[in-house]
Amino acid sequence: MINCIQCIEYVMVLVMILAAIFAVEWKDLLAAVVGMAAVSLVASILFFFLQAPDVAMTEATIGAAMSAAVFIFAIKRTQRYETEEEEKLGWWIRW
Amino acid sequence: MVMKRALAILTLLIIGYWMASALANVPFGADKMLVAQYYLNHVKAQTGAVNAVTAVVVNYRGFDTLGEVTVLFIASTGVAALLWRKKRERTAETEGSIVLTTGARLLFAFIVLFGAYIFIHGHLTPGGGFPGGATIATAFLMLYLAFSAYEIPHRSFEVTEGLAGMGYVAVGLIGLAIGSYFLFDWIWQTWGWGHSNIGRLFSAGFIPVIYTIIGIKVGTELSGIVDSMVKEGGE
Repeated sequence: MINCIQCIEYVMVLVMILAAIFAVEWKDLLAAVVGMAAVSLVASILFFFLQAPDVAMTEATIGAAMSAAVFIFAIKRTQRYETEEEEKLGWWIRW
Repeated sequence: MVMKRALAILTLLIIGYWMASALANVPFGADKMLVAQYYLNHVKAQTGAVNAVTAVVVNYRGFDTLGEVTVLFIASTGVAALLWRKKRERTAETEGSIVLTTGARLLFAFIVLFGAYIFIHGHLTPGGGFPGGATIATAFLMLYLAFSAYEIPHRSFEVTEGLAGMGYVAVGLIGLAIGSYFLFDWIWQTWGWGHSNIGRLFSAGFIPVIYTIIGIKVGTELSGIVDSMVKEGGE
């Protein structure tokens, strides 16, 4: 029998990895910030499943709410889209 | 360019091999720490806290936590100093939608209450001063996002933050005067308050006192950081 909590955990890890890749790859920085906040949110739920509710609370407030807000304020003062000059190399070499 | 990257990969491989070989002899998952078991065995008798994490953070490692609070204070001072302008005001053009403003009005008190609950009950339930203070700061962040003209009461926030910081040091200094060292738990060990009701609110010596101070300090500090980031100054 498949343990269902474990299925949910696998799905959440998958969502987290996808959101992290999108947060790096999206040209629209506002969307990238949302992706980063999604990583933090899923991480906080995972922390809760791993029986660390205090870390989960801190991750949800600091990671998902406060740092996303700080990034959004920074984007508001600079520019919303990544420029093309920084993107000459393909993603496979851009480490 | 390629040379640089090859060099970077080589360095990473060397460091990775070095760390892996250093950690290879440590058995995974085995309990090699003696101090953790010591804390778990003695936490109730020595500090009165049910939540051992809080006891370690505030009581056994209280001086370290004072350092953390200082780091946060320096960070907020740095943000305020970097973004300082003579005349700064909010520049948001549009008020939040009716859903956002009504929700913010409705939820603000509950979020602050939940944050206060987290840090007041730090010695009983998971959480403590830092998550509680951050939760309170998110309540103020919500007000900033909802209302285009809202500002925190700067004067009282600064005074509260300073008093909270001084209160932490004062509690530590009273411990130095009564007991033998800085941040000595005088309420629990000298006065012996709350020995009969471990696991209830009025127990655990100075842990609730210090966590309340930390929660207030972190909440006002993070609200101040949000404030200095939201407002834009003219030249």
